[in-house]
Amino acid sequence: MISWLPYSVVQLLLLLAIAPLVSGVIRTLKARLQIRRGPGILQPYRELDKLFRKGMAIPDTASWIFTATPYVVFTATAIAGLMVPMVTAEAPLGLFGGVLAVVYLLGLGRFFLALGGLDTGSSFGGLGSSREMTIAALAEPAMMLAVFTVAIGANSTSLSEVARVSTGNPWQFLAPAQMLACAAMFLVLIAETGRIPVDNPATHLELTMIHEAMILEYSGPYLGLIEWGASLKQLVLMTLLINCFLPYGLQPHWSWSGVAVGLAYLVLKLLVVAGAIVLVETCNAKMRLFRVPELLAVAFTLGALALISTFLF
Amino acid sequence: MGSPSFFFTASLLAFLAGAISALAAWRQPRTARLAALTFSLLGSAALATASCLTLAGAATLSWTLLPGTSLFPWTVRLDPLSAWFNLSLAILSAAVSVYSFGYLRPMEGKRSLGALGFFYNLLLLSLSLVFAASNSFFFLIAWEVMTLAAFCLVAFEHEQAATRRAAMLFLIMSHAGTGMLLAGFLLLSTSSGSFDFAGFHLLASQLPPAPQTAVFLLFFLGFGIKAGIVPLHIWLPDAHPVAPSNISALLSGIMIKAGVYGMARVFFDFFGPPPLWTGAVVLGVGVVTALVGVLYALQEHDLKRLLAYHSIENIGIIVMGFGAALMFRTFNHPALAAMAIVGALYHTMNHAVFKGLLFLASGSVVQSTGTRNMEEMGGLLRRMPATSLFFLVGAVAISGLPPLNGFVSEWLTYQALLAGFGTTPSLTRLMFPIAGSLLALTAALAAACFVKAFGIPFLALPRSEAAASAHEATLSMRIGMGFLAAMCFALGLGASWILPVFDSITQQAVGVRISSSLIAGGLALQAGTARSGSVSTAGIALAFIVIAGTAVFLLSRRMRGAHIVKAPTWDCGQPGLTAENEYTATAFSKPLRLIFAAFYRPRREIHPEYDVSPYYPSAIRFESEIQPTLEKHVYEPLKEWIYGIARQMRGIQAGSINAYLAYIFVTLIVLLLFGVRQ
Repeated sequence: MISWLPYSVVQLLLLLAIAPLVSGVIRTLKARLQIRRGPGILQPYRELDKLFRKGMAIPDTASWIFTATPYVVFTATAIAGLMVPMVTAEAPLGLFGGVLAVVYLLGLGRFFLALGGLDTGSSFGGLGSSREMTIAALAEPAMMLAVFTVAIGANSTSLSEVARVSTGNPWQFLAPAQMLACAAMFLVLIAETGRIPVDNPATHLELTMIHEAMILEYSGPYLGLIEWGASLKQLVLMTLLINCFLPYGLQPHWSWSGVAVGLAYLVLKLLVVAGAIVLVETCNAKMRLFRVPELLAVAFTLGALALISTFLF
Repeated sequence: MGSPSFFFTASLLAFLAGAISALAAWRQPRTARLAALTFSLLGSAALATASCLTLAGAATLSWTLLPGTSLFPWTVRLDPLSAWFNLSLAILSAAVSVYSFGYLRPMEGKRSLGALGFFYNLLLLSLSLVFAASNSFFFLIAWEVMTLAAFCLVAFEHEQAATRRAAMLFLIMSHAGTGMLLAGFLLLSTSSGSFDFAGFHLLASQLPPAPQTAVFLLFFLGFGIKAGIVPLHIWLPDAHPVAPSNISALLSGIMIKAGVYGMARVFFDFFGPPPLWTGAVVLGVGVVTALVGVLYALQEHDLKRLLAYHSIENIGIIVMGFGAALMFRTFNHPALAAMAIVGALYHTMNHAVFKGLLFLASGSVVQSTGTRNMEEMGGLLRRMPATSLFFLVGAVAISGLPPLNGFVSEWLTYQALLAGFGTTPSLTRLMFPIAGSLLALTAALAAACFVKAFGIPFLALPRSEAAASAHEATLSMRIGMGFLAAMCFALGLGASWILPVFDSITQQAVGVRISSSLIAGGLALQAGTARSGSVSTAGIALAFIVIAGTAVFLLSRRMRGAHIVKAPTWDCGQPGLTAENEYTATAFSKPLRLIFAAFYRPRREIHPEYDVSPYYPSAIRFESEIQPTLEKHVYEPLKEWIYGIARQMRGIQAGSINAYLAYIFVTLIVLLLFGVRQ
């Protein structure tokens, strides 16, 4: 009964260890594509290490919400990560929740992050919070439609079950419903992780910024926790995308050798998705805020088409 | 002794005693307050006991309260469905009663607490009878007493014209609804030959198609007005906020649930498996209600009106569950219908708890700051720490975030909708996932709205003198709120202990018991089978404590001796950040106002005033409002039409007694002819 406990610890450590690496790889790939050298894929680790060594400045208007927010964001994202199959089809906390719980746990983190932005009393924080909640609200139905397509295919909202069903059917991803849903989910991934063309993770000083505006007042270890949480969220959403639609190499059960094989496949697939994100980021300019709803409407339409196409094929 | 009927009668007597003692102590406000609230608290406890006993025994008890005529017996029936609604009522009214000890105290000597205590107890009495009456006429009388008591409570602060207007609108709409209900009951009783609910069981489905459609529409619209479904909701955001806040909590938390109770009674007791279009209509209305409610809430900056719009949203979510259940009955999937009913009824209780909590907390805020406008609040978390914490719990719960109770009932609704896709091969099945994705949109917009509703009033700096000098609520108010906040946790974390209660309700409604297939063992829920998905709010909470605890432990060790300073927020180099630099509620909701401009039809005007040069305005006046489309394009013409008819009918009201006698005579002749022909 307690057997999921060691797996949870293993997967949690894996998630925490890989998350900054994914950010680093994306940054380096992007730099190479723009003919720059880039800081190296280990840079996010150095940044986290630096942040956790630093002191902190806490705004004097802030309340306990400001202090609690980094922990809530970090923890909620980590629990969501434990519900997603990562290297084996068995998600360690799969019993505690499936895809709906993952979406809502990410929502819990966002809720507190937006409150943390408002708590500082500066216009930047409020601006970021307002935009983050707006974009998230519009991304939610598109995400749900994509998720529903997958869940209906597997007759389950449990991600382990989804992964198991699609492992048994290796060419499933070629079905139109799956491809359309995958495209919808990818657009949502771009929006939710604050990537160009929706938001720019590399800037602090544009008026168009969203996520960075919300966390402008955070510094030191709290900022480290939030940044770590953000890269964790990115990894969780990427893993969700990968293992819903391309579950190759997912091991059916937990074993040490299996973890190694599963991990190798995971890294490979993450590289593919990271490459796609980098291409999108490099080939596009940042959108005006009020063009973003159109992008998300496209994602919603793709999701709806995915559902309809389950009739045809 | 010890039977549900004993405790139920005791609770009725306690409410009656509360009402009478409040009247008797009219001239001693202190006595009136203490007596009315003590009796209402006792009544709530007795009502909770009666409901729990009924639910535990899973038995239906029917007895006659008072001897009446044969046509008109005062019969009461406590079945599991009644008991569930009465339990919601009892939990909420207990909390509100405790809260009111402190809340009403400053009103002593200023307002008639005798009247308030009288109508308050009368409302509780009539509500518990609405949920239990099993004779059409008795039900309608309880229904009318409830409406009138609520009208008097809404109009309690009647010096303001807006309050009187809101109360009047409430009364008119309610009576339109009561008229439809009366017609519906008469249609049913012509077929059954009695007015008793027991005779209506599954009766509606045996009617010919035309009367069946009429019965369905009359009941759906009649109860829908009370529940506040769109487009019949227009009275709700006006009436609920103007009442005293403890009353608002009751109105929004439980009185609109009388409409939900009526729908449940009609859909799952009077009707058998219904035609497909009924379920589709109910599901569609639910989706529209939820979306319209939350969209208007987003643009609302009056804290209590915002909460009232969220009541509409949550009624929409409940009605969606009912719609899905109706469709599953048509497709002959009783287990899925039961799951949708469980989701909807669980959400009914949950909404009573967190909406009650939010209204009580906003009542403390309004009492302390003297305004309902969020733009004049701010920074209340430091001055009212307990109230703020309770409001936050309510905000997280209503946004459907784990691990609190709102998440559990929304999860059940999602699962029912998802499973609905497999129930039919026709295109109709697309309705379920589309409804599910719009439920997701609703929930996400609600989360955005509650970031605003908590962030703007409670965080950062106070925006007015009143907010800066706010003070914490009194002890009894905090106990009342704390109880409901604890219920949010209990209903969220302990869901797997509560779900078996629904077995007897679904047994009665659709003939299946499904709690064993919804509980995965331990504290986890599952959707039908172990493979179809599970969730455990308790597990999530446990994981949360472990991971967050570890993070706090490690980080605090790391930060020991670190240099931590309190510093002013970054002010872009212009020293002196004030409350005027803060983001306002209007600004917060602006992106959504622009994105949904086609829905809101916003109007804004900017009037700069100049002294010397047109480049340096000395003052700028800014106005912004959204158009109430429905009121303008539907209700205004309707009102004009009714006025027109009334003007024409004035002709037959000549004021001459002879003419009136002639009318009576002609009517009598016509009725006699009609009677003879029968």
